[in-house]
Amino acid sequence: MTAGPLLVQVAHLARRSVVRTLRQPLNVVPSFVFPLMLLAVNVGGLKAAANLPGFPADSYLNFALAFTFIQGALFATTNAGTDLARDIQTGFLDRLALTPMRSAALLLGQLAGVIALALLQATLYLAVGLAAGVRPESGLLGVAAILFLGVLIALGFGAIGAFLALRTGSGEAIQALFPLFFVFLFLSSMNLPRNLIEIDWFRTVATINPVSYLIEGIRSLIITGWDAQALALGFGLAATIAVVALAAASVALRGRLARS
Amino acid sequence: MSGFASVARAVAWRGIHNAFTNPSILVPSLLFPFFFFTAFAGGLSRVSDVPGFDYPAGYTAFQFVFVFLQSAAFGGIFNGFAIARDFESGFARRLLLAAPRRTGIIAGYALVALVRWVAIAAIVLVVALLAGMEVLGDPDELFALVLLGLLVNVTALLWAAGVAMRFRTLQAGPLMQVPVFLTLFLAPVYVPLELLSGWIHAVASVNPATFVLEAGRGLLAGEPVEVATAFAIGVGGVVLFSFWALRGLKSAESAG
Repeated sequence: MTAGPLLVQVAHLARRSVVRTLRQPLNVVPSFVFPLMLLAVNVGGLKAAANLPGFPADSYLNFALAFTFIQGALFATTNAGTDLARDIQTGFLDRLALTPMRSAALLLGQLAGVIALALLQATLYLAVGLAAGVRPESGLLGVAAILFLGVLIALGFGAIGAFLALRTGSGEAIQALFPLFFVFLFLSSMNLPRNLIEIDWFRTVATINPVSYLIEGIRSLIITGWDAQALALGFGLAATIAVVALAAASVALRGRLARS
Repeated sequence: MSGFASVARAVAWRGIHNAFTNPSILVPSLLFPFFFFTAFAGGLSRVSDVPGFDYPAGYTAFQFVFVFLQSAAFGGIFNGFAIARDFESGFARRLLLAAPRRTGIIAGYALVALVRWVAIAAIVLVVALLAGMEVLGDPDELFALVLLGLLVNVTALLWAAGVAMRFRTLQAGPLMQVPVFLTLFLAPVYVPLELLSGWIHAVASVNPATFVLEAGRGLLAGEPVEVATAFAIGVGGVVLFSFWALRGLKSAESAG
């Protein structure tokens, strides 16, 4: 391969990443089905929580829909990590290292599959929500903002997966870390707003947990409208996670390529 | 010692040794109940203020029973993973060749699941008590709750063993987990059955896990309900899935 502009290099790898991601039903289907399944179960089981004094939404579905985007993004972490780890284990990354391809192209191209999947996921979650009666208070522009934030979160989580894959080089290690990521989801404001969490230590943990603000960013577009503070925190944290994780992954990639 | 007992003992010893000396096996099965207990009992305690919620032992105890039974079910499922791993590594095939009574293999794996779950349940119980859980049931009722957990644990193990022995690969993991996960979460997890409405109420009303869960909550609160039905479901599950696991063993034997 000749050294082309960065965009051409990214496009080549992106196409491979998208095709590979979408051709693996065992990876793709759960990322669509599980978040919706959990949404159905939680909404069914916690419908009565919407009757609590101070609950911020008319229905629990409106409140809970945001969580599906974060859970979907969590799948991005494992998908991106596992795919990249497979490239390391099969020697594909080493062969790429012999080409003039730039490391930034390699990383962005690898994450293209995650971005494509995240966009499909977010569209499906939103479509299911709309079909079930959710009407985002932020209107049509808000729908676009929800999709954008959902994809940005998935990009950040996917970059974390890529970083871990580059550090460990093992798909099994990525899979084993999945439960740890779940901790961040569980210890957040996913099920109740923070002001309604009764247990002090749990409320404190949910308040310092960045995942709470990612959920609340999307949630605000659905149940509140255009809440500047929630959106600034949601978009700000999502962008920060994406930038930091991409930087860390690119350092890890340079280290791995130098060793290979 | 009979062939059956010696095979069961050998399989059990190996499995227990692996489970307690390998953190990558032990830690996830310990962490999952903690995550759920923390998230549900800690994060959702305000749900007990919902009009109509009248569980006498409080929300921590209400959620403890779910996590207790869930850890029993997933203790069995995690052991199914171990069986699949044994097939992938070739160990299970050598075991099938060497065992004088192959049904002892299933019994051995069931013993591993029981021991693992008892250890995990004890730790979860201590954590729940430290978190201030109220126990209103008497010792007999608590013993009955533990027995219910054991039945759930063995039923789940037999289900997972049947799947593992038919597919003989870890890729069948989702097939072991998902039906159990769905069965558990389509029961009244967050609020009592009376507070559910719509489709989930209809499903939960006929879900066997609902009877086991409600009986367990009744036993912990000292107000037993549906205990006979729950035990019938538990024993029925063990009998039914014993056939399933034995047929799986035959399938593995045929595959050679």
